[in-house]
Amino acid sequence: MSVFRRLLWRLGSSLIVLIGVSMLIFFIARIIPGDPARIALGPRATEEQVAQMRETLNLNEPIIVQYGLFMSDLVRGDLGISLYSNRPVMTDLAEYLPATLELVLLAGLMMVVLGLPLGALSARYRGLWPDNLVRVVTLLTVSAPAFVWAVGLVLVFAYFMPLFPITGRIADTMNIPRLTGFMLIDTLAAGRFDGFLSAVHHMVLPAFALSLSGIGQSARLTRANMIATYEQPAIEMAQAYGFSEGRIARRYAFKPSLIPSLTIIGLDFAALLGNAFLVEVIFAWPGLSRYGVGVILQKDLNAIVGTVLIISATFLIANIIVDFLVSVLNPRIRLSEDGS
Amino acid sequence: MTSTLTLDIKDLRLSFRNWAGKTEVLHGIDLTIAPGERVALVGESGSGKSVTSRIVLGTMQDVRNASVSGQVAFEGTELSTLKPAERRALRGRDMSMIFQDPTSALNPVFKIGELFQEVLKRRHPNISRDAARQKASVILQDVSIDDADRVLNSYSFQLSGGMNQRVMIAMALINEPRLLLADEPGTALDVTVQAQTLALMRDLVDQKGTSVLFISHNLGVVREFADRIYVIYRGNIVERGPTAAIFDAPKHPYTRALLSAMPRLTGGGIPEIEERAPSFDDPMATHGEDA
Amino acid sequence: MRRTTYILLSNPLSVLGLLLVGFVFFCASFADFIAPYPDHAGAVINFAFANRPPSPEYLLGTDVVGRDLLSRIIYAYRIALGMALVVLLIAPPIGIAFGLIAGYIGGWTDFVLMRITDIFLSIPPLVLALAIMGVMEPTLINAMLAVTAMWWPWYARLVYNITRGEKVEGYVLAAEVIGASKTHIMFREILPNCVPAVVTKMTLDFGYVILIASSLSFLGLGVQAPTPDLGSMVSEGTRYLPDSWWMTVFPGLAIVIAVFGFNLVGDVLRDVLEPD
Repeated sequence: MSVFRRLLWRLGSSLIVLIGVSMLIFFIARIIPGDPARIALGPRATEEQVAQMRETLNLNEPIIVQYGLFMSDLVRGDLGISLYSNRPVMTDLAEYLPATLELVLLAGLMMVVLGLPLGALSARYRGLWPDNLVRVVTLLTVSAPAFVWAVGLVLVFAYFMPLFPITGRIADTMNIPRLTGFMLIDTLAAGRFDGFLSAVHHMVLPAFALSLSGIGQSARLTRANMIATYEQPAIEMAQAYGFSEGRIARRYAFKPSLIPSLTIIGLDFAALLGNAFLVEVIFAWPGLSRYGVGVILQKDLNAIVGTVLIISATFLIANIIVDFLVSVLNPRIRLSEDGS
Repeated sequence: MTSTLTLDIKDLRLSFRNWAGKTEVLHGIDLTIAPGERVALVGESGSGKSVTSRIVLGTMQDVRNASVSGQVAFEGTELSTLKPAERRALRGRDMSMIFQDPTSALNPVFKIGELFQEVLKRRHPNISRDAARQKASVILQDVSIDDADRVLNSYSFQLSGGMNQRVMIAMALINEPRLLLADEPGTALDVTVQAQTLALMRDLVDQKGTSVLFISHNLGVVREFADRIYVIYRGNIVERGPTAAIFDAPKHPYTRALLSAMPRLTGGGIPEIEERAPSFDDPMATHGEDA
Repeated sequence: MRRTTYILLSNPLSVLGLLLVGFVFFCASFADFIAPYPDHAGAVINFAFANRPPSPEYLLGTDVVGRDLLSRIIYAYRIALGMALVVLLIAPPIGIAFGLIAGYIGGWTDFVLMRITDIFLSIPPLVLALAIMGVMEPTLINAMLAVTAMWWPWYARLVYNITRGEKVEGYVLAAEVIGASKTHIMFREILPNCVPAVVTKMTLDFGYVILIASSLSFLGLGVQAPTPDLGSMVSEGTRYLPDSWWMTVFPGLAIVIAVFGFNLVGDVLRDVLEPD
């Protein structure tokens, strides 16, 4: 019951934050110096065209009214027309978001599957060589932007050792009908297992480049949490009762440390979404980044607002899911009465 | 003194290395416990009493910047001759420990029943879940817990401090250890609850014939419980003797200070002991028994 | 202080970190003297020597228009450090003020200020900076503004959490009892307790600002040509992979060296200043 209430509460507050984000980004987009219509149309547009554009964008109304109109459209799922692609922004986002999401989700998975055990290993051998090695390596992985890792991985694993493809989501020869936009799902839906393997093969390198700093980050956090857990009486008790060190690490230190680590990993999801822009550029991944950078360079306000909103919404949803997982994992929250 | 001593400590020293150099915290301690005997080690916080119990337990030896010297023999076996794994094999089976704050020592992510099973596996590696619950229920009865089923299905944070303390006593004794280390048991509880649980603990160790090393900063708590008392001050034993003798005729100035600071009644004010007095460093006082 | 110095110098990793940071600062400060071709930091075109691999003459090779990469990297450090300095001079004070006021005053002030912070924090960092750069001209100053806008909320969160903890401590209550003003309590009593955490975060952030700034310019939304910038150098170089690998690899390494250095120092500093 309290888990459910907690979930509702989180949904509500996330919605408020999302409205805040929409205001923030809307006002940023409107306070820029110069006439948005003129900027959008470029210097060669005629005065009439600009006037018409001002009308379409409701730029003649007071800014509060503009925001109100924008919100009422948004509720109906309308983010306006992209000046960059001449299509509804919603359509554009629906086309590009799945590719990015697929990449980010795989990277997030790598972060958990590789980062947590590395951190646990490090804490278990605290002060010994495995710990020192993990600490240096993870510090190194968080010390380079995702695009540097992407370039490095491409050089080594695509050019010098041609193990992985350099660009694209799937082999060119394969034609998979678009269903969800998630290549891994669409290939399976089409019954093309070879296509699925090809898609995975194309995803490994970009997802790994994207997740490297996250792997480092989550390993470091898990290490810190586990060391903190190790100092608690419950661990001393386990040692006093002669449980084996491996068992203590796995059952007594790892599980309680997992909870704060997961929360932070939820927050790290933001970094993944942002860094996806960098990685997508290197791998020519047809995701939000190409679109996002395109609309930013074109000063396409509707599309900029839409892109930021959809990314923030994704981030908030990811955090709600993580929060839900945490409350299920943690008996203290699961069984608490007030649920706050 | 015909049978082997349960615990025989001679000239025990402990020091820590840190960035400032080396600090010695135990300056050569001698302490013995006979089978079935209840011994208390009393001193202020920082006097070295807790680290002594960690050395007996064998966990202090695994701390990287700690160095231990001297002799610690458990039932005739010198601990330093054992490998870490062999020291570990003693813990939870032949010796066991009760902690100061039961609620934080019982792991909050496992139910009490699961913890009991973990502990029982130390002596019976293949014990089934049902057999473990059965054994746990029996010993919980011994510490006056009647609704054992409810307790076994709870997490520690769902139970009261006094309840957790009883659970902890039961857990410490379920494998019939021959030495029980009790580090400030129940100090985190209120006075009446502490007194109740200590009485339960005394009855139980009496019945099972367990030797106890009871560590406390409070002479009053120890009086009802211990056969003999060691008083420790800044890493040295300053007085030792039978409980009655120490209370009737304390010899060492530090012991006298401790006794006079003992609150007679609850709420009798904060005990006050001088931080240091030159006389506290006087040589050890004994009460006639063999050294 | 003596203890801090001792620990920093006794740990081989933090010594390495100090060396790397020192190297970066040295390059930035004395760029004019150590860069082999100081004029290559600008819009020099030297097609005769374009696209040269590393050689004794051009230690790290040349770019597509024939400029010495080593010289450009050295000058890029100057830009990167300058940018980090400016961001870390502006962002922490804003965040500290937000965190202290929200945490100490509480109530509606707390609610409003921290929800504003949450809004900033729920836009992924790079995306917020991108959006801001999207509506502004891509100049060095605007890039600094964009990065500052995404940076201050983290300090607000940090200081807020500490303030909430310190607020109920005895020394704060004591100050309240003797009638100290709110401003006095916030800035004289609580603020000093936030300093270790803030200093550690600033050391680590020095590296991260460099990292984010290079990411912005990598996407073409930061410092513009011909100003030398590590991110745009990598971006430009990727077009000539794998043959002219030095154009991407060396600027990329330069970023790693700087950020790694600050991280090494910050990591050890955190252990010293925040022992818990």
